[in-house]
Amino acid sequence: MDIKDIIKPENKVYGKSPVLTDNIMHYCPGCSHGTVHKLIAEVIDEMGIQDKTIGISPVGCSVFAYNYLDIDWQQAAHGRAPALATATKRLCPDKYVFTYQGDGDLASIGTAEIIHACNRGENIVVIFINNAIYGMTGGQMAPTTLLGQVTATTPYGRRADLNGFPLKITELIAQLEGTCYVTRQSVQNAASARKTKKAIRKAFENSAMNKGTSFVEVVCTCNSNWKLSPVKANQWMVENMFPFYPLGDMKDR
Amino acid sequence: MKEEIIIAGFGGQGVLSMGKILAYSGIMQDQEVTWMPSYGPEMRGGTANVTVILSDKPISSPILNKFDTAVILNQQSMDKFEGAVKPGGLLIYDPNGITRFPERKDITICSIAAAEESALLGNAKAFNMIVLGAYLKMKPIVSMENVIKGLKKSIPERHHHLIPMNEKAIEIGMEKVQVL
Amino acid sequence: MAEKILMKGNEAIARAAIHCGCDGYFGYPITPQSEVMETLMEEMPWETTGMVVLQAESETSSINMLYGGASCGKRVMTSSSSPGISLMCEGISYLAGAELPCLVVNVVRGGPGLGTIQPGQGDYFQMVKGGGHGDYKCIVLAPASAQDMYDFVSKAFDLAFKYRTPAIILSDGVIGQMMEKVEMSEQKPRWTDEEIKKNSPWACTGKTNDRKQNIITSLALDAAVHEKLNERLQAKYKKMEEEDVLFDSYMTEDAEHLLVAYGSMSRICQSVVETARENGIKLGLLRPITLFPFANKEIDRLVPQLKSIMSVELSAGQMVEDVRLVVNGRIPVNFYGRLGGIVPSPEEVYEAFVKSIK
Repeated sequence: MDIKDIIKPENKVYGKSPVLTDNIMHYCPGCSHGTVHKLIAEVIDEMGIQDKTIGISPVGCSVFAYNYLDIDWQQAAHGRAPALATATKRLCPDKYVFTYQGDGDLASIGTAEIIHACNRGENIVVIFINNAIYGMTGGQMAPTTLLGQVTATTPYGRRADLNGFPLKITELIAQLEGTCYVTRQSVQNAASARKTKKAIRKAFENSAMNKGTSFVEVVCTCNSNWKLSPVKANQWMVENMFPFYPLGDMKDR
Repeated sequence: MKEEIIIAGFGGQGVLSMGKILAYSGIMQDQEVTWMPSYGPEMRGGTANVTVILSDKPISSPILNKFDTAVILNQQSMDKFEGAVKPGGLLIYDPNGITRFPERKDITICSIAAAEESALLGNAKAFNMIVLGAYLKMKPIVSMENVIKGLKKSIPERHHHLIPMNEKAIEIGMEKVQVL
Repeated sequence: MAEKILMKGNEAIARAAIHCGCDGYFGYPITPQSEVMETLMEEMPWETTGMVVLQAESETSSINMLYGGASCGKRVMTSSSSPGISLMCEGISYLAGAELPCLVVNVVRGGPGLGTIQPGQGDYFQMVKGGGHGDYKCIVLAPASAQDMYDFVSKAFDLAFKYRTPAIILSDGVIGQMMEKVEMSEQKPRWTDEEIKKNSPWACTGKTNDRKQNIITSLALDAAVHEKLNERLQAKYKKMEEEDVLFDSYMTEDAEHLLVAYGSMSRICQSVVETARENGIKLGLLRPITLFPFANKEIDRLVPQLKSIMSVELSAGQMVEDVRLVVNGRIPVNFYGRLGGIVPSPEEVYEAFVKSIK
């Protein structure tokens, strides 16, 4: 049997979302970014809003998100994505505007921008990837790095007296009047990915209803910088990240 | 015609708005004008001054250190600007709060008791208009008609009912100014 | 003829923004330019033209809001003063790198650091030579009156879109705070979505099936690609130097000596020229209106007839370096400046000039 005999519509069991491009992703094998990208692409496709969606990519591993989702993109300076999104949404209120930011981008250098965009209740979607480490620069401590966690700049483990405490920024965001939906999800298995997709969809729908800012944190792995295999990284995340960053909705109104 | 004026006193005395009304009156008679304030962190009580130039020709420098007229409303401004009046120029001051009176012999010196007159009127806000009246009596560079037009332009419409009061204050200033 | 209104330079910026069909203003309060946003908030243009006005949480955020708005092909602007502009320089570099048009107004105060709220021209290097990281330049317009403040807003937007690059209005505390009469233009409509797609086909207007996705970025990790981007930027700057140099001359035809001054100092130097002429000295004034691109050719043309040039600035001597580059040692290039927010009187500058030619 030839491969051409297999590739037939009637044999198709899974299709790549047309909103995903054919570019080969630069992410490490096992990285969570690919999964979250796919979920966003599926939501955009299913809602039929490809021509109405503008993405804002951050500085960090996902700076190149624009290579993978076939929509119009703006690539922001480090931490400033919520400022770009604010202006974009206010100037183009008929568009769906989302930022895609890592923990270094959102919870460290961009703290002011995210707090104020959420507090103003900008009708945007924030996808927050929390893997407790700086990925692209080679595994340095992030604001969300757990106590005791070894990184390139905490080689003996994060110490509260030296480095302060891990920042639960999502809990902080949930306190702000401007946010309508704040949730923490994960993508380590099919069930959790399905829940995350639902959360992303709800966030996009909220933005069309002008309900305020929707904030979706996805607790993720960075197996390369955690120096673990993809499977072990998922285990480590479940055992260490989830107790400190518990999953679930913090706010939904 | 070119008239270069400095108006100097405390913030809150209406120094800047008096300058603005004068500048607007100049525009009403098709003159070129500049209004350059000293600006600082003080909202009230600090010293404030404004340089106003009215001219028939385009105005080059809005920043000056010699003036045709100095309108002086506190002691600090007297110390700073008495010497800045051009020879043959005019100095008008309100004696209220003045401890060292002007001494120059080569300029015209006038006084206007604007603080006292505005107190008699029972309207502290008439103060700067009384001063303006004194100035216009000495130098009628703009007509009363254009001053009223200027007033209408420079104050919000909701305050236009105050214009007759302002006009009266200007007349009081014209009447009470004393050449020393 | 339109009615002439007495207003501050800062107010003129705000009114011009509304009248020329600006889409959005994003700013943060700082003296001596706060009247720009105050005027906009009072005028409420979102009720009339639909212009968005937003007080951001910082200058950093304001400039990045410009990046977002400009990415959508919108005509967006901000204003600030020196310390705030320093914060914005990161963003301006990104805007230049991503080839985004926008308008940044700098009402300069004295520096360095928190400095003073009084006028200064010490931001010349920062604005004219780039300011942020990398090899870029912005178009820089230097107004000398409230009317210029009004007129340059529309002009700056035109140039910004002509070259897809940030344009700067480099003003100072004198021009921002001074009131003069201003003649205003008719209200122009904001660009429609169709006009934006036509004028700026590169903009984020939503990816449709008839085109590829539009990506606004200043990132190019491939050295060869990035060199190409840089070459494209440099070609733009060269074109600006050929096509868009603006300057004003005052009594330069027969001048034997020349003052070079921009913005508020050009007004003061005009009085100096008048005094010199009264005293029989053939002094002229060259006022660069665009600081980049600079009036190189005009200065070069005047050098053979001149005995000396003096650059007069509210700085320790910044523009004078550009004058010296053109003159290249042919005649003496002198400098006079005051610092710390002090604005010299025409008499003071005249004395310095006379001393310089003795």
